[in-house]
Amino acid sequence: MSDLESNSSAGDRHPSNLRVEIDRLIGEGAFEAAARRLAELWRRDPASGTASFVTARIDQLGDKLSLTKFRVAILRSFTVEPMVPLLRAEAFAHGIDLAVHVGDFNTYVQDIIDASSSLYRFAPNAVILAVRADEAAPELWRDFADLTPEAAQAAAERVAGGYEQRISTFRKHSQAALIVHALERPPAPALGVLDDQSESGQSGLIHRINGELRRIASGFRGVYMLDYDALVARHGSKQWHDERKWLTARLPIAAPHLLDMAREWMRFIVPLSGRASKVLVVDLDNTLWGGVIGEDGMAGIQVGAEYPGAAYQALQRALLDLSRKGILLAVCSKNNQDDAMEALEKHPGMLTRAKHFAALRINWTDKAQNLREIAQELNVGLDSLAFLDDNPFEREQVRASLPEVSVIDLPKNPLQYAETVRNFAGFERLTLSSEDRQRTELYAAQKERSTAEQTFQSKEDFFRFLEQEAELEPVTGLTLARVAQLTQKTNQFNLTTRRYSEAQIAELAKQARWHIFSIRVRDRFGDHGLVGVAMAHDEGEQCEIDTFLLSCRVIGRTVETALLAHLAESAAQRGRKRLVGWFLPTKKNAPARDFYEQHGFARQKTTDQGSLWTLDLNESRLRSPEWIKLKVLAEVK
Amino acid sequence: MTASTFEQVRDIASDIFSVPADKITAASSPETIENWDSMQHLNLVLAVEEKFGVQLDPEDIEKMKNIGAVAALVDKLQAAGR
Repeated sequence: MSDLESNSSAGDRHPSNLRVEIDRLIGEGAFEAAARRLAELWRRDPASGTASFVTARIDQLGDKLSLTKFRVAILRSFTVEPMVPLLRAEAFAHGIDLAVHVGDFNTYVQDIIDASSSLYRFAPNAVILAVRADEAAPELWRDFADLTPEAAQAAAERVAGGYEQRISTFRKHSQAALIVHALERPPAPALGVLDDQSESGQSGLIHRINGELRRIASGFRGVYMLDYDALVARHGSKQWHDERKWLTARLPIAAPHLLDMAREWMRFIVPLSGRASKVLVVDLDNTLWGGVIGEDGMAGIQVGAEYPGAAYQALQRALLDLSRKGILLAVCSKNNQDDAMEALEKHPGMLTRAKHFAALRINWTDKAQNLREIAQELNVGLDSLAFLDDNPFEREQVRASLPEVSVIDLPKNPLQYAETVRNFAGFERLTLSSEDRQRTELYAAQKERSTAEQTFQSKEDFFRFLEQEAELEPVTGLTLARVAQLTQKTNQFNLTTRRYSEAQIAELAKQARWHIFSIRVRDRFGDHGLVGVAMAHDEGEQCEIDTFLLSCRVIGRTVETALLAHLAESAAQRGRKRLVGWFLPTKKNAPARDFYEQHGFARQKTTDQGSLWTLDLNESRLRSPEWIKLKVLAEVK
Repeated sequence: MTASTFEQVRDIASDIFSVPADKITAASSPETIENWDSMQHLNLVLAVEEKFGVQLDPEDIEKMKNIGAVAALVDKLQAAGR
């Protein structure tokens, strides 16, 4: 493999030469190429100085790249400024143009209470409440030994109550996601080991406050906890903390760990910004198992409970955990199919089997082509794919030919594979729907459907054979998470691509003029789950469709017609005369382009944003297809 | 200060202060570099600590009056194994 590595063109590129090349490319107007080099520079040298260089170039490139825009505000009790360039550079590597607002020291209470504060004027998508325990719970942090047990108890309750009040006030003013740093326990409790002999010692009380904070956060939409102590523990408390910087610059984190703090924030920002990966495509030889199946054979490859096979089992366990979060797994390997399938099906040490993979490409074709096919087969965009391969040459090839794919850099040592996958921010999820948990099964049923479709003479015969049942329901507390998730993740059959948080949808659903429906679809092969969303609002004589989207796996089965027909019928029942809706084109939503026209809408106007379509409800012949059994749950307003 | 330490410190300073590396000399200081304010000074300290694996004392940080002094300080700390 070393000969392949030295062939890679990136191998010769020194970071300082890369900097010169980036500025040259920007000067020549080759912005996409400059952005790729900039990402490469950051991968090779993710240091503070590089972060300053990268962020200065992102500001120059600005709107010339198709990055996802995201705004985050940090409310803090300590110095976070040196982390900001690191955070923005990390975000850039995930395809996000991150704007960051930093609040003043310890003004977070006022910032949250004052509806016209700089916090709210910044209009953040997410807010990080990074307050240290010495500031949030000073009584418990300093002079703790002076407190009576009752006073200490009362202080703990006061601290948790204060958080609850601030979170609830924040929610009144903003629908942004809120990420709350849990409080850290003192590294050296005032009473030494005695502290741990009681539930109401310093550590015990901080622990209890954190439990309360988790309970409080789970009672609000879009409020999430960040376990700061666990983060510090992963890196070692002594290494993490820098007392000199804390006392001189109010910066508690040592220089080598500033990036770790930024990366922890990214584990929230990536899923919140809709840049999370939906599919992990893995290589086999020396990635999923040790050795080369075609040469070493079943008895020779390494995978099992003992070292060195244990490293590969650890990776497989991490993959299975991803699939439980709804991330699809796929295989892309250069191998003889029979050899590889035998290992996948029969090797006693394997934890991941062929059934765990939604798509398999085991052949000698180049990987970029295979990845394209996998994306197509699973009905996702290339930017939803993450690629895991031990071979740096394959990784470079994929990066060069498919820049949209997230390529994960595996370290050389297989013992670090599992950790690398678990730390990849693109695999983080902040909520989990029942669809997520069953996704692998859903895709297996999908394969059967495709086979059935090919045997029918007409589309209608196929639709009747499918025995589809659709359930239309106004959004409820139970479906809110999934509905928001669909608005954030659906790219292809999405007429307006407007992204909403759970909190925003909950807010709109309360308003009488807004009508928000979800659609759940079942057929003879299984349950698709909740796969579509329609949001509309009444404006005088017309009802305007704000959002209309459907998960790719049910497109073209006429479910979309049923959902649109319901919007039309319910609008007519409320006395509206017209149903109108925008089609806002994006790079991805071509499948939805002709949707209104095909359903009898007339084009009302065209702007540079998109086209507005209108349907006269008195003359409309839009009906739900007879082969779909439709169940409609009424709105309660 | 050694030449190689100076070059590495110069490259870090170039990134942090957004000044071309060939415009930075050992004598470059907050007086000659416009962006060298207290926050960027902290960023320079952190980047140097990260790059060279050293820890700077508050007394050291005060002595970082120009790029040459920063490089000399790094050499001294590395020799002392800190």
